[in-house]
Amino acid sequence: MLYMNGISKRFASVLANDRINFEIREGEVHSLLGENGAGKSTLMNILYGIFQPDEGQITWKGEIIKIQNPNEAITKGIAMVHQHLTLIPIFSVAENFILSRRSTREPFLDLQAAGAAVLKLAQEFNIAIDPWEKVSQLDAGTQQWLEIIRALSRGADLLILDEPTSVLTPQETERLFKTIELLVEKGKSVCFVTHKLQETMRICNRVTILRRGKVVDTVNVCDTNERELARMMVGRDIQFHIDRAPANPNRVVLKVEKVNIQAKNRHQVLKGASLELRGGEILGIAGVAGNGQAELAKALTGLQAIQGGKIVIDGEETSHLSPKQVSQKGVAYIPDQAWKKASFSDFSIEQNSIIRSHWEEPFSKWGVFNRKEISRHAKNLVGGFDIRTTSEQMLAKSLSGGNMQKLVLARELSRTPNLIIAVNPTAGLDVGAKEFIYKTLLGERTKGRAILLISADLDEIMELSDRIAVIYAGEISESIPVNEVNLEEIGYMMAGGKQGHD
Amino acid sequence: MGEGEGDDDIVELNHPPHKGVILFVHDLKELGFGLLSIITALSIVAIIISIAGINPIEAYQALIKGSFGSINGISETFVKATPLIFLGLGITIAFRGGMWNIGGDGQLLLGALGATVIGVYLPSMPPVLHIALSLVGGFIFGALWAAMPGFFKMRRGTNEIVITIMLNYLATFLIAYLVSGPMKDTTQLIPVPQSREIVESAVLPRLIPLTRIHSGFLIALAAVGVVWFILERTVLGYEIKAVGVNTDAARYGGINIFNTGFVVMLLSGGFAGMAGMSEISGVHHYLLDGISPGYGYLAIAVALFGGLNPIGVVFSALFFGALNVGAESMQRAVGVPTATIYLLEGLVVIFVLARHILKRRRRSS
Repeated sequence: MLYMNGISKRFASVLANDRINFEIREGEVHSLLGENGAGKSTLMNILYGIFQPDEGQITWKGEIIKIQNPNEAITKGIAMVHQHLTLIPIFSVAENFILSRRSTREPFLDLQAAGAAVLKLAQEFNIAIDPWEKVSQLDAGTQQWLEIIRALSRGADLLILDEPTSVLTPQETERLFKTIELLVEKGKSVCFVTHKLQETMRICNRVTILRRGKVVDTVNVCDTNERELARMMVGRDIQFHIDRAPANPNRVVLKVEKVNIQAKNRHQVLKGASLELRGGEILGIAGVAGNGQAELAKALTGLQAIQGGKIVIDGEETSHLSPKQVSQKGVAYIPDQAWKKASFSDFSIEQNSIIRSHWEEPFSKWGVFNRKEISRHAKNLVGGFDIRTTSEQMLAKSLSGGNMQKLVLARELSRTPNLIIAVNPTAGLDVGAKEFIYKTLLGERTKGRAILLISADLDEIMELSDRIAVIYAGEISESIPVNEVNLEEIGYMMAGGKQGHD
Repeated sequence: MGEGEGDDDIVELNHPPHKGVILFVHDLKELGFGLLSIITALSIVAIIISIAGINPIEAYQALIKGSFGSINGISETFVKATPLIFLGLGITIAFRGGMWNIGGDGQLLLGALGATVIGVYLPSMPPVLHIALSLVGGFIFGALWAAMPGFFKMRRGTNEIVITIMLNYLATFLIAYLVSGPMKDTTQLIPVPQSREIVESAVLPRLIPLTRIHSGFLIALAAVGVVWFILERTVLGYEIKAVGVNTDAARYGGINIFNTGFVVMLLSGGFAGMAGMSEISGVHHYLLDGISPGYGYLAIAVALFGGLNPIGVVFSALFFGALNVGAESMQRAVGVPTATIYLLEGLVVIFVLARHILKRRRRSS
């Protein structure tokens, strides 16, 4: 009932969707499978009217249509349930249910009828719900269900579920699958956007695999298996020749033991994560974004409280130290999106060169800055890392992305750290800057420093790491030496496959 | 999708430190914009005045004459500007640190109380010492009044805007109670609700005989230097600005957001308290109800128009002081109500804010 033909969408220099053909039949659950950045979201946003395609056409129920905005999509019967729900937490279930619909008794709301409608649907779907309860009191799964039935009540025939299980517990996921099955019974179609193989195998009829903006294939789920899907999804054809000396690991610098982190919504984002890292080696943590990487990095650097387990750096427990204390233990940290999380774009380059050491000599004494020292330091960094700028007094926001990243890296390394934690250090950078950062990190490894590289970019992980572990749903796998790594295996694990399991 | 941008505050008005030529060009541009917004506001108000059937040129002549036409006028302009400088400094620190302190009025009143207590109940002593004590007293009282919302925000995440505004009312009632109760001057023949006069040694000396301009203005200028130094040359200032522009990066940088916010409120309230001290020790010499005609709110306009820059605050305070002094003579001379001047002030603030919003939009697009 839906055909998307030759859809292309370009963002600046990135071709996010490249002549994509995608179809959904009536009454099927169709998985759109791919890694981060494969183009899934772009395609779905085009279908939902958030983006307009540069090329290609959409055929819906036999006629060619143009979808200008989400409202039009909804009127036509295409609904999308986002990862982040759009319910209003302080409203009751019934109030949320009638949101953005006309009441039959205007100007009054017909809450009673809404409540009754919710109850009726709840019975059909076998969901326990009180229409008068506040949405904030519901668990994530029930909230999602409410969002789904709200879309249904607006007449949706096709439901797009965007990574629907990422915020759910296993039990809630199971309940979602029951809901999906019932939807199909009612003759609805579901587009299940995911990077998880098991869920694709479990609930979907067909699967379309996207990689780097292109369709790899569309296959029936019963004709394939997780291995094959993983290969299509990761699909590496480039072989690396790693041109560097073998690692020379020395003492243990970082030890993470069974660390648990619970997010504010009581979602367990890190589950008994353990790892060990020695000086002189790079441990790569591969994984699709949103599996606990961000929290892991924050916990290691004191920015996130942990609810269990232990973090030991250089033989001293740092689990409950402040960011400042961790930093003073010689931990360099290059967070994700460092240009805004680790630098002040409205400060000068000089002032950015002393973040995380501005309180110490020689940069300040008795709380007053020594401007000569700061200026000298900034000049050193700019010169040493070939940061392109006309002056150190320029604002950091005048720097290009690559130069900004170099500045962060230069500053962090200037503090002679024992441990370097880098998250997606080259995301969005051009090839030149990327190469520079790779070389620098490898240089630090030669100097005997311990480097933890957390990245969603598998190429980057393969290029730099001595050992590789995979993080999935808050769990970190055993690490594997890079020369024993099988890419297919890694891709399989990144999508939730179990290690060593066939 | 929809990830909240926590580090984007309502207005982003930071002037990064430039040097040499960059500084010069940058400041010329700022100055040009300031003048432009004044001229535009004056023109709009002129149209409104002429609609009311009054010659706007005459009205503005009266305005200028009132504020700069005589020694007395000039002195009154400086008298009005003095508390505005102190308060504007307090607001500058707060806003640059990302704390929306709207409680300048209350903090001023508490500072006035502190200075009065020290001026009235301590015995006569060398003037330098007594004035220094009054200043410290004003600072501490104002700082503690501002510490409350700072503490609640730090501990419980309450909104400092709401609490500082509420505390303004509390302060007003507290002073009204004190001057008609415990601190009331009962030595007068007909007792009025005001405190006893502060002793001679606590009075700020006048700068020009027969006018009201007092040495509080010089203290205000010194305070400008102190605030500038804090913001531009110290670790504390760096941390304040860091928290103000980007809390994520500040936390990353090892800065304790909560402590910094608390210190920001202490400083901000302290400078507001010094405004109260200067009003008591320099102008009124006793505490009475209603010593602040909304200075705390006007100071927000002063600070914003001054570009949240300590030096800018001086000129901005003089400008707003002159407007308020001139407004009265304008009313007397040509019958234009003083409220017209509030309109003018409001327009100037709108222009300043509009520019910053446009600037930010251009940057983000």
